[in-house]
Amino acid sequence: MRLRLASLALAGIMAAAPAMAELVVTSLSYRTGAYAANGIPVADGFADYLTLLNERDGGIGGVPIKMIECETGYNTEKGVECYEATKGEGALVYSPLSTGITYQLIPKASADGIPVHSMGYGRTSAANGKVFEWIFNYPATYWDGASIAIKHILDLNGGDIKGKKIALVYHNSAYGKEPIRTLEELAKKHGYELSLLPVDHPGQEQKSQWLQIRREKPDYVLMWGWGVMNQVAIQEAANIRFPMENFIGVWWSGSENDTLPAGAGADGYKALALANPGSDYPIYADLKKYVYDAGKAAGAGDQIGYVLYNRGMYQALLTTEAIRKAQEIHGTKDITPAMMRDGMEALNITQDRMGELGLPDFGPAFEVSCENHGGSGVAKIQQWDANAKTWNLITDWIAADRSVVDPLIEEDSMAYAKENNIQLRCN
Amino acid sequence: MIYREAGDFSTTYEADSQTFPIKFDRYRYYLVLAIAFGVIPFLVNDYWANAVLVPFLIYAIAAIGLNILTGYCGQVSLGTGGFMAVGAYAAYKLMTAFPDVSIIIHVLLAGGITAGVGVLFGLPSLRIKGFYLAVATLAAQFFLVWLFNRVPWFYNHSASGQISAPERTVIGIPVTGPNTEAWAQYLICLVFVFACAWLARNLTRGKLGRTWMAIRDMDIAAEIIGVNPLAAKLSAFAVSSFFIGIAGALFFAVYLGAVEVGEVFGIQKSFLVLFMIIIGGLGSIFGSFAGAAFLVLLPVLLKNILVGSLGWSTDLAAHFEFVIVGAMIIAFLIMEPHGLAQLWRVAKEKLRLWPFPH
Repeated sequence: MRLRLASLALAGIMAAAPAMAELVVTSLSYRTGAYAANGIPVADGFADYLTLLNERDGGIGGVPIKMIECETGYNTEKGVECYEATKGEGALVYSPLSTGITYQLIPKASADGIPVHSMGYGRTSAANGKVFEWIFNYPATYWDGASIAIKHILDLNGGDIKGKKIALVYHNSAYGKEPIRTLEELAKKHGYELSLLPVDHPGQEQKSQWLQIRREKPDYVLMWGWGVMNQVAIQEAANIRFPMENFIGVWWSGSENDTLPAGAGADGYKALALANPGSDYPIYADLKKYVYDAGKAAGAGDQIGYVLYNRGMYQALLTTEAIRKAQEIHGTKDITPAMMRDGMEALNITQDRMGELGLPDFGPAFEVSCENHGGSGVAKIQQWDANAKTWNLITDWIAADRSVVDPLIEEDSMAYAKENNIQLRCN
Repeated sequence: MIYREAGDFSTTYEADSQTFPIKFDRYRYYLVLAIAFGVIPFLVNDYWANAVLVPFLIYAIAAIGLNILTGYCGQVSLGTGGFMAVGAYAAYKLMTAFPDVSIIIHVLLAGGITAGVGVLFGLPSLRIKGFYLAVATLAAQFFLVWLFNRVPWFYNHSASGQISAPERTVIGIPVTGPNTEAWAQYLICLVFVFACAWLARNLTRGKLGRTWMAIRDMDIAAEIIGVNPLAAKLSAFAVSSFFIGIAGALFFAVYLGAVEVGEVFGIQKSFLVLFMIIIGGLGSIFGSFAGAAFLVLLPVLLKNILVGSLGWSTDLAAHFEFVIVGAMIIAFLIMEPHGLAQLWRVAKEKLRLWPFPH
């Protein structure tokens, strides 16, 4: 009798004990609304990469990854709801894929001690790790992007763009306004004329902006667009016969979903590239074997190989590499958000490592440090070929003008530190 | 049977004209207050506060505000989002300009500033009515959002154009900023909701409320019996905007913490609050709460059921949310065009007679 009681009690304890350790990763995605065309491929790529790790390697270091997806619709209120809902599940890191939601989460996540990785978006000055302990935006920031785009224009003009007219078509939100400061600063340095053309959410109505471009005839148009705004802008540019090779989008305005709707008119459109386009990588063989053919692909499975699908995969790769690093540093498989932060800060992506992961020469090699949360700040330029329906890289990695970007980051982050009484780290 | 008035005697005029003349009703009201103030603060966690209770309370204030204008005074407004933005930006400017003054005073001042702006945009209501007025307030919505996007002074020249709430305390406890505890966040909103609802209820029962209702029911007749339409309409705009401004200030400072005007206070917000009062019931304070609860809680509930319990994919669930909420709105409006408040009134009537309806 006593034995039976004891075994019953034991069974009770076993049942009550928490399930197997899991690495909880959240995907605050948007598969609905005006930004779905861009949100879906990123969410699919992110999910498929994690599925691959679970299926092929049994997770990271033997611990399975549990992905919680939450639909934000690119809306801050829903983003807050998603954050609060998933916080309790032990989420290691947040990548909300929205600059607005990132701004929302920066103070919240810092107070809760959960890292945020806004990869190539969010608050640029979060690159200063001395101020933003919990926020990371490697491998490159918006201000890097603005500088790289201008550098490309400089290269095309033999280094002299004095008196040229450059227009910025941007999403009228925190996201679109980010590059303005840098572009103004660069205008002082290089002597070009900058004109600003805001486009209101959701961006379907851009007739007046493009009318203005037709009238003012800027030499180059830069674009900070997202979602349906990208497609409309490219179509409008084609309609007014703006020379497409002089139209350059940021890395969020350069995917197949943006250029395909404009058909042949989009030919020659350029965009920055955080990582290489295309699906010509060894990892796709594994993905096919373990994920697609096994029927485990996320979403409809029609985004595979797209630029933004690769971006989602890259996001997952950087997240899981940071988890691996955290496991290594702390010598435990089951990590906490605080350990995750240490892993992210010690992240070192080398070309060898990218090769081992099945993505050789895909993204830049970079190292994160206590001071620098922004990565290497390099990007390539890609150009759309409407006949072959592919993006082609036309440059090698271009580095941002650090002499302009770094002081701006310093200034903005110090202002934030002062406003919020933050003690500087890394001393 | 449940709502019995038998034995419930009023011996004074005050007792007879109080807000809840039936004893059962009054005790229920006290019970709700006791739970809201005495129990929930001890139970609330971050998720419940941030995803459910705080938005519900803040939207309830906004709905009360719009209900005064549209439900009681009959002036249709599509400018709610814009007026909430005024409240939010006023609170932000005040918070950053006078960091030593209490946040409660800032929120009230933000309401006052919004009231002024509301009166300004209410001026056309003296000339135009109905749909035309709706269009005029729509202009206010777009103008205000444009203004806050356009003039850097309003967002203190920040690079992103966002405003973010610094930490402010009430008797030493932070109520804004990231270190706010869930219960503090909830309580500060609850205090404002309680004060606003109490004020609104008593205003609408008094002379001012009666002049508003006279204007709503027939403005010419009201003018003939001595109601001044100028004073009535503009006071409705002022009071309504005061509440909406408070809601906007709390929405920014306590709930979201960082705000981008185009996204948060866009035209959708105006429609959302308008739908709240239509579904809840025009001309009813209870209806404002019911409508806010319906439109804030239902999507969260549906999401948790569809994704959390049934395991649907997130996009399918998000689309079905629209379908279900839309279908329920249509069903409600067909079955009870006067909103949830009327449904409640009918239920009360039935309960009084139950179980002997004849």
